Amino acid sequence: MGILDVKDVGKRFGGLQALSDVNLSVRENTVHAIIGPNGAGKSTLLNCLVGKLMPDTGSVLFDGQSVLGRKPHEINQLGIARVFQTPEIFGDLTVMENVLIPCFARRDGAFELNPLVSVASQKDMAAKAEAILADVNMAQSRGVHAASLSRGDKRRLEMAMCLVQEPRLLLLDEPTAGMSRADTNNTISLLKEIKAKRDITMVIIEHDMHVVFSLADRITVLAQGTPLVEDTPERIKGHPKVQEAYLGTSDAAA
Amino acid sequence: MLGLDRKDTGLLAVVAILALFAPFILNPFPQGSELAQFNAGYPDLMQRFVIFGIFAIGFNLLFGLTGYLSFGHAAFLGVGSYAAVWMFKLLSMNVIPAILLSIAVAGLFSVVIGYISLRRSGIYFSILTLAFAQMSFNLAYSVLTPITNGETGLQLSLDDPRVLDGGGVATSLPLTNFFGIEMRATETLNLGPWAFQFNAGYYLCAILLLVTFYISIRIFRSPFGLMLRAVKSNQQRLSYTGLSTRPYTLAVFVISGMYAGLAGGLLASMDPLAGAERMQWTASGEVVIMTILGGAGTLIGPVLGAGVIKYFENIFSKINEGVLHGWFGALPDGLENAIVWVLARFTGEGWHLTLGLLFMAIIIFLPGGLVEGGRRSRALFRRRGRRGGAAEEDAAKQRAARPAE
Repeated sequence: MGILDVKDVGKRFGGLQALSDVNLSVRENTVHAIIGPNGAGKSTLLNCLVGKLMPDTGSVLFDGQSVLGRKPHEINQLGIARVFQTPEIFGDLTVMENVLIPCFARRDGAFELNPLVSVASQKDMAAKAEAILADVNMAQSRGVHAASLSRGDKRRLEMAMCLVQEPRLLLLDEPTAGMSRADTNNTISLLKEIKAKRDITMVIIEHDMHVVFSLADRITVLAQGTPLVEDTPERIKGHPKVQEAYLGTSDAAA
Repeated sequence: MLGLDRKDTGLLAVVAILALFAPFILNPFPQGSELAQFNAGYPDLMQRFVIFGIFAIGFNLLFGLTGYLSFGHAAFLGVGSYAAVWMFKLLSMNVIPAILLSIAVAGLFSVVIGYISLRRSGIYFSILTLAFAQMSFNLAYSVLTPITNGETGLQLSLDDPRVLDGGGVATSLPLTNFFGIEMRATETLNLGPWAFQFNAGYYLCAILLLVTFYISIRIFRSPFGLMLRAVKSNQQRLSYTGLSTRPYTLAVFVISGMYAGLAGGLLASMDPLAGAERMQWTASGEVVIMTILGGAGTLIGPVLGAGVIKYFENIFSKINEGVLHGWFGALPDGLENAIVWVLARFTGEGWHLTLGLLFMAIIIFLPGGLVEGGRRSRALFRRRGRRGGAAEEDAAKQRAARPAE
């Protein structure tokens, strides 16, 4: 049994069967990529994992506990963090404040009414935030408004915000979508560094095969809402079914 | 000092000086002079400045920090006023129990309204709060007449029980007091042609303004305040960070409602009557305008906005045609009449028009309100004063931006 077990998950939107019979097991401390052509159901699957969507059938277990029916903040508290396709950060706040928020959220665990405590007096939180900013090479931008960062930096910041909470599972939804080659390579090396430094499981949904083959330990190929095959990157590369799924669609398009 | 950093201590000190010396500051023109009508240093108006300042500070905690625009905040002010007057009728003319009850009642009331309204955000939240406030207004105006005395408004009467004061024996209506100090008591200091008025009620309000302003600074600087700003910035990210936004928004809604209740209680303490019109939507709109005019999300903005609006309402509105004729009397008759006719549209009863134009100008040119105006003009002066020293200044800024070790 893995850290994340998806069993027989199905989801229907009106007449469209977005997911059917999805079975997936993610082993602890691996990077598991989910790939597939457009409309294969990758994002729907991810949304089922974080509580944004409720699947019609099946179960999703994280470390033996069901995540279904829980709200996004409760799922985060279990130890699942999520990086979005477009970086979701607190644009009006400074980089430092962006990182302090998850620090306080982790420490307090839930709502805390502490209007007479000053943020500046919480030195341990500041130290934690500084450390993670240094980790992602953003210490020099701590006073910058997050909205004015470049896209690559916003992605770094979002990762820092997730990592400072020490999640056990990090879900990444197309982390390099819309990035330049250079930014993509930076993100790949950042993710590799992160992986090397701590025990963390990652599930990556990705379009870019370069990213997938650089990072993944295992790959699941999704097509038309069902897993086609799951294997190591080397074997996936030469797999006839995968070739068919990708080349087949591009043949039809051409 | 007091758990504030240097900048915030400075800000608090400025507000303290302005509030405590207001009788001088607002009274710059000598008695009997042509300009004396622009003096705002009389007790009734000064009380309004600070009471509505408190109201706006509280409103800004909700709107400025979380971005939730309540269009029904006057309901809490009205409820606070009614609660205070009932306390004067039943218990004692001392203002302390009245103020405490008005805060408590407004707090409870805002728990209920907040719990329901905060299920929605954006325009739907605004509409829900507006609906609740109009419901409260109508209830107070008609259905709840036994409690609110409907159209006439709730007033003191000679046969009120006033348990703690012995009640029923007075031959004239008693006055509100703070352990014996009458709220109406005013000392006048005559200095040459100037007459400065020091009013007990004003100073009570001013001290409470300072306390509430201090609490507001602390909230702004706390992790709680940080979470509220996170709510405004990106609710989705906050929930994926492991926090539910609802308790935060509800908590600040209630705090903000209590501020409004305090303001309502103080209004009743200065003048013990309460009417339903205090809860009307125009009153709710006024506090929105005060906050935006001064600068939503800034600490001092709401206080400035409240001051400007109350000044307009009470002073600008006094410049009627008669006064204008006095000013332009030296001009030829035809011209005089023409000028007076035009200006009279904007002054006197037309003060709303001037305020509206001012408000539009601020929204368009200074979306950050008066505070942003101040900030911009300071930056302008600095640039002019130190041309050439820009590099040094940048270095200094960077040093300042580095957090203290």
